[in-house]
Amino acid sequence: MLEIRGLAASINDKPILRGIDLTVPAGEVHAIMGPNGSGKSTLGYVLSGREDYVVTAGTVTFNGVDLLGMEPEERAAAGVFLAFQAPIELPGVNNANFLRTALNAIRRSRGETELDAVQFLKLARAEAKRLAMPDDMLRRNVNVGFSGGEKKRNEVLQMAILRPKLAILDETDSGLDIDALKIVADGVNALRGPDFSALVITHHQRLLDHLVPNRVHVLAQGRIVRTGGPDLARDLERSGYAGLIPEAA
Amino acid sequence: MNASVQRGAAGFLARFDAIRDRLPGDPAVRDTAAECFRLSGLPGGTSARRTEAWKYTSLRPVAETAFQTPAGDRDVAALVARAAGLDSPLIVFVDGRFRADLSTPPAGFARFADRPDFGSLARSDREPMVALNTMLAEDGVRLRIAAGVDAGVVRLLSIATGADAVHPRHAIHLEPGARLTMLDIAIGDGAYLHNPVTEAHVGADAYLTHVRLQDESIEAFHLATLYVDITEAGTYDGFTLNLGARVTRAEFHATLSGPNAIAHLNGAQLLTGTQHADFTSVVRHAEPHGTSRQTVRNVLAGRSRGVFQGRIEVARAAQKTDGYQMNQALLLSPDAEIDSKPELEIFADDVKCSHGATVGELDAEQLFYLRSRGIPDQEARAILVRAFLQEGLNAVTSDPIRAILEGSVQRWWDRQSMQATTMQAGATQAEPMHARPIQAGATRTMGMKPMAGKAIGA
Repeated sequence: MLEIRGLAASINDKPILRGIDLTVPAGEVHAIMGPNGSGKSTLGYVLSGREDYVVTAGTVTFNGVDLLGMEPEERAAAGVFLAFQAPIELPGVNNANFLRTALNAIRRSRGETELDAVQFLKLARAEAKRLAMPDDMLRRNVNVGFSGGEKKRNEVLQMAILRPKLAILDETDSGLDIDALKIVADGVNALRGPDFSALVITHHQRLLDHLVPNRVHVLAQGRIVRTGGPDLARDLERSGYAGLIPEAA
Repeated sequence: MNASVQRGAAGFLARFDAIRDRLPGDPAVRDTAAECFRLSGLPGGTSARRTEAWKYTSLRPVAETAFQTPAGDRDVAALVARAAGLDSPLIVFVDGRFRADLSTPPAGFARFADRPDFGSLARSDREPMVALNTMLAEDGVRLRIAAGVDAGVVRLLSIATGADAVHPRHAIHLEPGARLTMLDIAIGDGAYLHNPVTEAHVGADAYLTHVRLQDESIEAFHLATLYVDITEAGTYDGFTLNLGARVTRAEFHATLSGPNAIAHLNGAQLLTGTQHADFTSVVRHAEPHGTSRQTVRNVLAGRSRGVFQGRIEVARAAQKTDGYQMNQALLLSPDAEIDSKPELEIFADDVKCSHGATVGELDAEQLFYLRSRGIPDQEARAILVRAFLQEGLNAVTSDPIRAILEGSVQRWWDRQSMQATTMQAGATQAEPMHARPIQAGATRTMGMKPMAGKAIGA
């Protein structure tokens, strides 16, 4: 599904990613862990096409297609979804309208019929209910006045409605209490299947208790320095990253 | 009715000479105004005359237009329907004259033509357009809401059907504790001049919500001057949406003449083509504990030009004044322009006043967020522009009234997308984007930056 080869990227001429090799087969969930500043969020932004990051080397193919040559909206249409670490507020933009516009843009690009307001609201209300989100969240402006936890849940709601093939969750667990954490994990687990993969960026083992990954990768100084099974996350929780970082900065 | 042709200041003065003897009210007031107008002329109407107050707006196009009284009655049903959607008293003026047959006026209504009174706030000696109005005003609204009465919503619909110059004289009095929401809509067809002067007196603890929708003909001139006096603990909550007209000036003089008075002078301007709209305000805090709020949002497309001149004056006695003023603009094309001049003049020592201006491009993070959800770039930009405007309209708290404004905004966007469809072949983006440097204000101006990258399609 996702093949990253020798990916290097910088922002404002500052190298952040220094040669990432990573393969996420279809149907698998991979966790990305690592210390602050190691490039985890950058990887998510580069994969989703944020323009201020410059790819300086490497390739990314997604289901056999060159992902790096696509606009952000084309990547979304192809099935890439980034759950933002700090979801953006959109004053003056109604959450339901935003979600319906996004869903219909993606459906249009796939040659599917668009949903009208009634069809969409039925879908959105059902998903919101599953995520234990208050009813008025669909009526409010996107992320405006939302608590930290509500913003994260709103990201998961978008994911549930847009049904991506590759979800990149950038610290979606941070700032969530244990109940919200389970709701988020359940939201991702509900999408799991042979056509769905996820990259889960996290600092904490506890999300991975509920969202068990197939592989765990440790990112440090812009490279993947260690890859292992779910046990690796538990080891890191105990011992930290110190032993994994070559010639520690 | 005889059609008479007027042109320039001389044309207006000639008209005054012709009709002076049959105008209502005190002829001495008219003569004084005429003398003021003779001295001032139309700002920018001749190259020699250019005052600071009219620095950014020239009325030369007004001076060059021949106005004439309409030849006969035109069907205005379609225009009247634009003010529909509210079950409330309706006052209709067509080409400057009250139309009883179309109106359902509220209690406390009278016509200026029947009870001519030029009020106490307007200054012919200072404002040329007020002098012109005072010289030629024939009709207008006089509305008095009795003490303690909540009059609900009253709609004032000013319709123009041709090429006339009309100078309505309106006065609204809210006695102590009275409440009124005035929805003031100006629409029309043709190359006319609409030059209203409005005086509003807000009594103690009274509350006037004044929502103005300027959706005039694209060939028209809309030059409105409003004087507001707010006494103790009274509130004037004003919002102006400028969408139409070739040249617009909305000029406000608000005085907080009692303690704890509140003035809101919010607005939005949505312009395209070669439209020019000037939002000018002077807020005078005369007494302590006053609050004034002003946010004006501009969305400027094509070669349009927006002007914001805002001034807050705080008198020595007006301690604990809280004043805020902000002008924000989005430029949707490299040829659009905003001139912004916020000013503060403070003589009290214990006040909180802030002001500023932003001229911006769309927020890159917001744009990326929308695109990352699959929304194409052009559509994402349009969403953000509309959200910027919507945030401005949200200052109007009445849902049905805001819905009327939103309907006009929607029609505006529909017109733009129709034009965009027909003009796509000729669109170019080759020209580098330069904005004219902002003119220095007396106190502080912000730099301006045109929107980088692609212009925004609807």
